[in-house]
Order: sequence, then C-alpha cells, then structure tokens
Amino acid sequence: MAARSALSVKNATKNFGGLIAVNQMSFDIEEHEVLGLIGPNGSGKTTMMNLISGALRISSGHIQLFGHVISGQSASQISRLGVARTFQLVRMLNSMTVLENVEAGGVFGHRKLWGGSLQMQAVEMLEKVGMGDAVYSPISALTYIDQKRVELARALMSDPRLLLLDEWLAGLNPSELQIGIDLVNSLREEGRTIIVVEHVMDAIRSLCDRCVVMNSGYKIAEGTPAEVLADEEVIRAYLGDDHA
Amino acid sequence: MTRTEIRNFLITIVLFALAALIPLSDSGFWLSMGITIATYMVLSTSWALFSGPTHYISLATGAFYGIGMFTVGVGIELLPYWVLVVVAAVIGAVVAALVGLATLRLSGVYFVIFTLGLAELIRQIVTWVQTTMGSSSGLYVLTNITEPIIFWELLILGIIVYFIGWWINRSRLGFALRIIGNDEVVAVHSGINTAAAKIILFVVSGTVATIVGALLAPRLSYIESSIAFSPMLSFIVVITALLGGAQRLWGPIVGVIPFMLVWDFLTATFPNQTTLMLGICFLLVVYAIPNGFAGLIEKYSHRLRGRT
Ligand SMILES: Nc1ncnc2c1ncn2[C@@H]1O[C@H](COP(=O)(O)OP(=O)(O)OP(=O)(O)O)[C@@H](O)[C@H]1O
Ligand SMILES: [Mg+2]
Repeated sequence: MAARSALSVKNATKNFGGLIAVNQMSFDIEEHEVLGLIGPNGSGKTTMMNLISGALRISSGHIQLFGHVISGQSASQISRLGVARTFQLVRMLNSMTVLENVEAGGVFGHRKLWGGSLQMQAVEMLEKVGMGDAVYSPISALTYIDQKRVELARALMSDPRLLLLDEWLAGLNPSELQIGIDLVNSLREEGRTIIVVEHVMDAIRSLCDRCVVMNSGYKIAEGTPAEVLADEEVIRAYLGDDHA
Repeated sequence: MTRTEIRNFLITIVLFALAALIPLSDSGFWLSMGITIATYMVLSTSWALFSGPTHYISLATGAFYGIGMFTVGVGIELLPYWVLVVVAAVIGAVVAALVGLATLRLSGVYFVIFTLGLAELIRQIVTWVQTTMGSSSGLYVLTNITEPIIFWELLILGIIVYFIGWWINRSRLGFALRIIGNDEVVAVHSGINTAAAKIILFVVSGTVATIVGALLAPRLSYIESSIAFSPMLSFIVVITALLGGAQRLWGPIVGVIPFMLVWDFLTATFPNQTTLMLGICFLLVVYAIPNGFAGLIEKYSHRLRGRT
C-alpha cells in the first residue's frame, strides 16, 4: 500500500466576482512528502493555500485532510486539525516579544501548551530556526529573514500535520537562501508534510519530491521537479508571462 | 505570583483601604466626588478589559448602565434590592452576549456606530413601553441605602474587576486577546476562536456596567430614561480610559481621577457647554497623549531605568 494521503484536493475552485483565481484544482499529497506549488505571478498559488488553510472559503469542490473534510470549516478549526502556515507577506505580532510571537502558535491550535512547557518548546523552536539569541527581543529589532524565521517557528509550534510555506524563501540574499533551504530540508528530514510555494527554482529542485504547476488558476502540470520544469506548457506559461 | 504581582497586589489593597475611609471624613463633597470617581473607575477599567486588547471602541456603556438602573427601578416594589442587582447582571450579560454575537463580526467603525445607537434604541423601547402601559416617565427607587454604602459597594466591585482583569491577563484568554489585537489573521490561523474570545470580554464589561447602574439607582431615587441612558456617560468612559491608557489594567484609574476633578470644575464653571467641553477633552486626549498616562509613565520609567 502507498503512504497515507495527507491532503486531497478535489476540483477546488475559488472565484472573486468574475475572476476565477483557482479553477478545478485537484491534487494529492502523501504523508512525509514535500510538494512544490509553482506557477507564474498571479496564477493562484496563494489563493490555493488560502483555501487549504481556511483563510478563504472555497466556492466549489472540496479538500480533505487525512480523510477528514476541511473545506467549509473556519481557519481556526482547520488549524486545530493540524494545518499551520506562514504568509507571503510576513505577519508579526508587533507589540509582543519574539518568544511570545512563537508561543502564539502552540496554545490554541493543534497543540495546546501553556506555562513552562510552552516556553520550553518555544525556546527550542527558536533555537531550531537559528534565533536562540533573540528570545526576548522586540519584533522591531529583527531583520526580514529573522522575522521569517520567527514566523516559521510559530507555525512549527503546533507540531503541524501539514505545513504550508508561501514564498518563505523570497526576499533572501544568496547566503540567507542557502540557510533557508537547509532549514526546510531539515524539516523534510523530520518527516514533515509540506507544501512550498516558491519562485526560486534551485530551491524547488533541491526540496521538492513533486511539483504541481498552476497557470491562470488551472493545474497545467504535475510530476517531479525535473519533469515539470522540462514540460513545454510550463515553459510557455513562464515565458509567456514574462512577455506579458 | 511573581514579586511585582505581589507588590502591585499590596499597593492595590492599601489604596482601596485608604479610599474606603473617605465616607468617614464627613465631607459631602469628597464623598460625592468619591462615588463619581469610583463609578468611572469601575466602568472605565471594565471597558478597557474589552477595548484595550481588541481595539474595538464600544459606546454601549450607557446602554448597560441604563439597563441596570431601570431593572432596579421597575422591580423595586416586587423584589428585594440585592436580588434585583443579580437580575440586572443577568439581563446585562444576556444583552451583551446578543449584541456581541450580532456585531463583533463587524469591522471597527460599524461596531462603534452600532454601540452608540444601542443606548438610544433601548431608551426608546423603554419609553415606548412606559407610554403604552400608561405609567409616568420616571420610576421611584426609595431604599434606605445611603451614599457611603453605595461608595463601598462600588469599591468592592472595583476590586472584583481588578481581580478579573489580572486573572484574564495571565490566562490563555488574555493571551488570545493580545494576539487578536495585533493581527486577527494570525489569531485565527493559530486556532483562536476570535468571535468567542471577543464576546466573552464584551459580556464581562457589559455585565459590570449593568451592575454599576443597578448600584447607583438608589442614589438617584427618581430614575428617568434620559438620565439612565445618557450617551455622555459612554463618552466619558472612553475618554477617561484612553486618558489613563487602555493597554494596562491600572491605566483607566490614572485617567479617571484627574479627569473627574477637572470635569467637576468645568461643568460647574460652564454648565451650558458640557458637550463642547467633552469634545475638546476627547481631541486633546487623542492627539496629545495617544497612549495615555500609562504610556507616558512607562516611557519615562523605561528611560530612568535605561540610564542607571
Ligand atoms: N482577495 C482577493 N480578491 C480579489 N482578487 C484576488 C484576491 N486574492 C487574489 N486575487 C486575484 O487572484 C489571482 C491569483 O492571485 P494569487 O495571489 O493567488 O496569485 P499567486 O500565484 O500567489 O501570485 P504571486 O506569485 O504573485 O504571489 C490574481 O489575479 C489576484 O489578483
Ligand atoms: Mg502568492
């Protein structure tokens, strides 16, 4: 038997008025798999992530997490079932310390820690993402990559069964990028199930077991990174977009 | 409890004990001022429990206060007074829960307007009921409850509110509210039921305001809807809480005391321009001290500590 399906998306569709941002998308992720969700700008990747995390309500179709229908549930319910995410535009709790920003992920969601065990876990997560020195810093003291690390630590606090990373590597310089890729790779080695949305092709090649390619809301290809990046329609979608 | 918590707890107890001596001083002015300050201390502190972390500006305080007064006014011939206080609290809690369910999904501006309208709506309903039932426009509340007793009752309620606030701050609920106040999207994606958290806090503050109204009813002896459901009260609560600082439990009281002393002088000197005065105070607070006295105090104490 194949590995368990962690997430199963069937004909997911989202329209904003007349614009169909996600159109009849179907794909599956197995447990422990790292799936790349790629496509040109505006192709609907973030919208797809928003449908999975419950940030947006699906227009039609459905999504299952470990056999359990999650489409139609609220974002907070879905987070309690074990989906955690980072955001394309990093979201920090600015009036709180780094530690509290991380703790926020471990109290109300898939894991419900409090008190000493919460703090211990949060410090551990911060060390894991390389932020062990900044535990009590205010958010204003952090650089962009550090904020991204804090956000990842917050997502990991819930011990998610599915982790969604929306352009988590975007905006990093080459040396930071390598650190970032190594970090995501360490999560993959832990056996985490992850969907990564990325534009950085090197990252996709080195991180993803499989890729789903979107264009204008549709799925246009699916397969290993090498396969999809050689696919004619994929190349056309990227080049066409560059000329648009 | 941490060392600072124990220190703050002791300071609070001492201050309340000192305040409790005021009625013994035999001064009518200070007792009356004490009741006013205690009233707004309780109202503003409980208002800030909800509005401080969520940033929702509620102008519904007057509505709940009025409900408390009228419950006592209507029931005083039928039930013992202390039972009425409990009945009022229950009614206030139910109304707050319903209003919360209906409005807390609204964005901030709609919420402000709705809560402002609420006091007027309830006042109109009360007036309508009174005219259709053919009763007079006011209600007599004649009890043997004296002003010192009312003052002590308010102080006890104040202690209870501080205790609730302290407890919320260190609980998961308080943590959830701080996250909501920072970023609601992060809050829902962390598993927080934001609607439930906001409604719980709105119910707490609405219930407290209702109890305050019920406690003050005997002081007026004759209750009219225009006095019970005064929008002025809601605005003063907001101003004093912002003046003191809504982000800290001890913030509102720091605003209430100086504001009420100045306000008493202003209303005595310019009795016909109170609304104008209120508007000016509001603008001054928002522009000159956006984080309130609490914000200023913390800023300077940080600086002092930073130097040593
Ligand atoms: N809340 C919204 N309301 C209306 N239109 C939206 C909304 N969110 C996204 N869209 C539109 O849906 C389409 C897909 O957007 P989406 O953000 O999902 O793309 P993306 O693949 O993540 O792009 P990028 O690589 O630039 O992040 C775009 O045309 C966008 O303008
Ligand atoms: Mg995007």
